[in-house]
Amino acid sequence: MTAASPTAAGIVSTRPEPSLKKRLRRAELRKKLLYGTLILPLALFVLLVFVWPIASLMTKSVENPEVHDNLPQTLRALKAWDGREVPPEAAFKALAGELEAARGSPAIAAVAKRLNREETGYRSLIMKTARKLPLAEGEPARSALIEIDERWGTVEPWQAIKRSGSATTAFYLLAAIDRSVDAKGDIVTAPPEEAVYVDVLARTFWMSLIVTGLCMALGFPVAYLMANLPVKHGNTLMIFVLLPFWTSVLVRVAAWIVLLQNEGLINKLLMWLGLTNSPVPLLFNRTGVYIAMVHILLPFMVLPLYSVMKGISPVYMRAAVSLGCPPFKSFWKVYFPQTLPGIGAGGLLVFIMCMGYYITPALLGGPQEQMLSYFIAFYTNQTINWGMAAALSAVLLAATLVLYMIYSRYLGPSAKAVKAR
Amino acid sequence: MKLDKSFVRSVIAVAAMAVAGSAAADITVISFGGANQKAQAKAFYAPFDKSGQGKVVPGEYNGEQAKIKAMVEASNVTWDVVEVESPELVRGCEEGLYEKLDYSRIGPKSDFLPKAVSDCGIGIFVWSTAIAYNADKLKTAPTSWADFWDVKKFPGKRGLRKGAKFTLEFALMADGVAPADVYKVLGTKAGVERAFKKLDELKPSIQWWEAGAQPPQLLASGDVVMSSVYNGRIAAAQKEGKNLKVVWNGSIYDVDSWAIPKGTPKRDEAYKFVKFASQPENQRVFAGEIPYGPTHLKGINGIDAKIAADLPTAPQNLKGALASNTEFWVENGEDLEQRFNAWAAR
Repeated sequence: MTAASPTAAGIVSTRPEPSLKKRLRRAELRKKLLYGTLILPLALFVLLVFVWPIASLMTKSVENPEVHDNLPQTLRALKAWDGREVPPEAAFKALAGELEAARGSPAIAAVAKRLNREETGYRSLIMKTARKLPLAEGEPARSALIEIDERWGTVEPWQAIKRSGSATTAFYLLAAIDRSVDAKGDIVTAPPEEAVYVDVLARTFWMSLIVTGLCMALGFPVAYLMANLPVKHGNTLMIFVLLPFWTSVLVRVAAWIVLLQNEGLINKLLMWLGLTNSPVPLLFNRTGVYIAMVHILLPFMVLPLYSVMKGISPVYMRAAVSLGCPPFKSFWKVYFPQTLPGIGAGGLLVFIMCMGYYITPALLGGPQEQMLSYFIAFYTNQTINWGMAAALSAVLLAATLVLYMIYSRYLGPSAKAVKAR
Repeated sequence: MKLDKSFVRSVIAVAAMAVAGSAAADITVISFGGANQKAQAKAFYAPFDKSGQGKVVPGEYNGEQAKIKAMVEASNVTWDVVEVESPELVRGCEEGLYEKLDYSRIGPKSDFLPKAVSDCGIGIFVWSTAIAYNADKLKTAPTSWADFWDVKKFPGKRGLRKGAKFTLEFALMADGVAPADVYKVLGTKAGVERAFKKLDELKPSIQWWEAGAQPPQLLASGDVVMSSVYNGRIAAAQKEGKNLKVVWNGSIYDVDSWAIPKGTPKRDEAYKFVKFASQPENQRVFAGEIPYGPTHLKGINGIDAKIAADLPTAPQNLKGALASNTEFWVENGEDLEQRFNAWAAR
C-alpha cells in the first residue's frame, strides 16, 4: 500500500488516466483476488469436509422418507380423512395393495421400523399383515385386514401412518428435547421415565463448566511460571506440558484406568499411607472422569495462556510495584486483566471440546457421567436411528453456537472493540 | 554384499507372498473379539487357510450394525462374513443388509438345531449369559438371580451388561418370575415397570460393562463380587488360573450366526467359509476351545464329556435356563433400550 501510492501519484501527474481512486480500487481488487485464489483451496476443503457433511447431517434430523415414499397411495386415501373414525375402504385397499407390493423388501422393514417408533408393536402389525396378504379376489379389504389384526379396526394405527407420512418431520428434533406430538397434534412433554436428553444436555454443560474451571485454576499458575522462568527452564516445563499432549487420548485414558482402579496405584498408595482403609472409588464415577478430562484438556488451556502471558511486558508490573502498589494488588489490577484474552480463548477452547467429549466418559464413567455425544454414538451405532442421532447433534451444535455467540458478544475480542468504540 | 542379497531375497519373498495371497482370495471375517475370536481362529480360520480355499483376514466388532448398514448402502462392502446376534440378524435380514442364504451351498437345514436356522444366518454356536462369581472372594455360592440382587447376603458391586436386553429378564427372574413366564410378563406395561422397579433396588451396586472381556477382569480384580457373563469368557479366565465359577440357574441362551453382508464381491468365498465353519468336526474343535455349544446336531457327538458338561446345551445346564426370545427383542428392542438409557442416565 505505502509503496504503491507514491508511484501512483507520479503517474497521475504525467498522464491523463482514470482517477487515483479508481486505480487504487483496482489494485485492491487485484490483491483481493490474489488472496482469494490463495485461500480458495482451504475454502473448498472446509466446504467439502466440514460444511457439507454437517449440513447433510442436519437434514437427516428432519428427513422422514419411510412412510412418505413407500405408502403414497395410502396417504392419498387418508388425505381427506379427519382421524376420528376408522378410515374408508379406499384406504384399506390402498394399504393392502402397497404392503403386498413391498412384502419381503427392505421398504416394508423401513415402514415397520418407522411406525414402531410412533407406537411399539406396530412393527409386528405391519410385518404380520404383509405376510398374510394378498387378499382373495374381490374380498373387501377392510374386513380382511381387521381379520388379520383387529388393531386395523381402530383409529390409532391409521393416525400413526398419517402422522408419519409427511416428507419432513420434527419428530426427532422434538424427541431430542424430550418432547413429542400426541394424537391430537399437540406438543407434549415425554413421560418422566423416558425423558432424558434435557437432563443430559444440562449435565453436559455442567461437567464442561467444571472441567473448564479446573483447567483454569490449574493451568494459570503453570502458564505463569512458564512465561516468567528463564528460557531454559521454561522450555523444560513446556516439554512436560506437551509430552502428554502428544500421547494418544486412548492410551492416556487406559493409563488412568490402571491408576484409578480399586487395586490401582493410587488406592494402594492411599491405603499404604493409612489415609483410608478400603479403596476409594475413583473409577466409573464423576471423580475419575474429571481427573482424566482435566489431564487431557489442560494443554489447551496452558498454551493460549502462555502465548498471551509471553507477550505481556514485565515493565508494567515493575512500574506498578515501583509506584507503590502492593505485589498482589498490582498482579490483580495490572497483570491479570492483560491475560484475559488468553483465559477467554483457552476457556472457550476447553469448554467446546468438553461439550463433545465421548471416549473419556464412556470408558471412565458410569451411565450417570455420559454426555450427549454418548447418546449420539448410541443411536448411530447401536440402534441405527440416524434421524435421532442427527437431531441430538443438531441440539448439541445449537447449544455450542449459542454459547459461542454469548462469548463473542460479552467476552471475546469483538466485545472489546464495541466497548472501545 | 551379503546383506544386499538377503534383502533382495526377502523382498522377492514378500512380493511372492503378496501375489499368492491375492490369488487365493482373502475374506474378511468379523466376529466378537477376545477369547471367542481366539477360539474361532483355531477352529475355523487356521484350518480354512490350510484347506486352500482362501485366506481369512479376521476382524472384530461389538455387534453394531451401523457399519454394515453404511457399507451396504454405499455399495462398498469390505466385510464378507459377519458374526451376528439373533435380533440384529432378523432386523438386518428384513432391512436387506444380509444375503438370503442358499442352504444348498451349506448343508441340509435338518442337520442343525431349529433355532440356528434362519433366512439370512446359520448358527455358529449356542452361548449363554449367566451369573459368575469369584470363588476366592465369596464364601457361599450364589444360586439364583434373587441372590444376585441380595446385597445384604452378598455385599459388594455386581456387573451387568449395559443395555436392556437380558438385564430386564434377569430383574424379573430376581423378582420371582419363573423363566417360562418371563417374556409373557415383560410383554405387558406392568411387567416392564416391575423389571425397572426391581433394577432400581440394585442400581447403586451395579457396575456396568459393555465388552464381553470386561466381566472376567472385573471379577478377577475384585471390583465386583459377581457379574453377568458370557459363559465362554469365564472358561477362558479359568484356564488362566482364575477361580471363577458359573451359576447356570436363570441363564439365558441364544445363538450367534454367520451372515453374509449383501453385495460383498466375495460371496462365493464367503459361502465356502460358512460351509467350512458349519462342519461338525470344526464346531467340535471350537467347543473344545471355548465352551459354546455346536449348532450342528452331529457336532455334539464325540465331544469330551468334561467339555460337554460346561456347554450351555448340556442338559443339567439347561435346567432353569431360558431361551432368548428374538421376536420380542426385535419388536420391543428400540423402545426398551431407550427407556433403559433414560433410566440408567438418571
